[in-house]
Amino acid sequence: MTTEFQSSKPIYMQIVDRIIIDILQEKQILGDKLPSVREKAVQIGVNPNTIQRAYSELERMSVVETRRGQGTFVIENSHLLDELRLSMQTEVINEYVKKMKEIGITKQQMISELQHYLKEED
Amino acid sequence: MSILMQDVRKKYGNDYALKNVNLTFQKGKIYGLIGPNGSGKSTTLKLITGLIFPDSGNVTLHGHTVTRKTSVDIAYLTELDMFYDSFSVQETINYIASQFSDFNRNKAELLVKEMKLENNKKIKSLSKGNRARLKLVTTLARDADVILLDEPFSGLDPMVRDQIVKSLLQYIDFDNQILLIATHEINEIEPLLDEAIALYYGEVIGQEKVEDLREQKGLSVLQWFKQIIGTIEEDN
Repeated sequence: MTTEFQSSKPIYMQIVDRIIIDILQEKQILGDKLPSVREKAVQIGVNPNTIQRAYSELERMSVVETRRGQGTFVIENSHLLDELRLSMQTEVINEYVKKMKEIGITKQQMISELQHYLKEED
Repeated sequence: MSILMQDVRKKYGNDYALKNVNLTFQKGKIYGLIGPNGSGKSTTLKLITGLIFPDSGNVTLHGHTVTRKTSVDIAYLTELDMFYDSFSVQETINYIASQFSDFNRNKAELLVKEMKLENNKKIKSLSKGNRARLKLVTTLARDADVILLDEPFSGLDPMVRDQIVKSLLQYIDFDNQILLIATHEINEIEPLLDEAIALYYGEVIGQEKVEDLREQKGLSVLQWFKQIIGTIEEDN
């Protein structure tokens, strides 16, 4: 299936996020090769230039490296998972806090609501 | 390798189909011509094929004025289909291969397999989706410099659409081909595009790189399109 994208964020950034989540969920293993740009483009139904941009961004973030004539590989670095998880977390928390503020929830309420929610879940 | 349209005007009777259109298309990119029905998308494609000619202005392909002869370098998927009902899929492919010297039979064979078409089926017994698949096979199998697709998804279910998108991405030669897709199904096409060109009543009202729109303005192509149409209609 081709993938659906949110309308507000660049498509290449959404692909970056998905690849990072795949790495965190170990669907994409450290040290392994990513699909070629064309393969990935066909897989998710996106322009290859967009995939290339996503791969370049991942390279800039030191998540992957391109080896000449071989392709793009996830960097084999045991700290990578922790770093990625941390940066994803910050992003999710930012979003949470921003949305809660938008609907007029105080910091205290955010914490107590979250604690309450987590208790219910257990 | 490029297509250039300079100050192009085209009238049908007293009505302008296109006025003062200036556009450049370069290889390695996928362009979306978007706009409502009657905005000039098909006219633009036909001018590039040399099926019609501008009343004023120039259309050139690789620096040469477009004529019927330059059409050998252009693969054009029309809104209509022009298959013979009594032919089989294979006969249709043979016929088209006999008409175009750049027809790549290997590519056609791969595409037929991928699209799960049966070679011995008659055209008249094909479903709408399979007719559309065959149309795409016969267009993409050509090693043409330019591929023009006019409403390739219209009336097709999402499964067929996905498959067409994937085949497009798989078989386009990005180093050598220019791909232009005319459609009013903007959301469906957006992830495929490098650039979107908005047409409205025969005029180009905007041209943007799709990812720049999102990154700099936080807009999808459809949102952008609605926004510019909104400003135009306010002015009137």
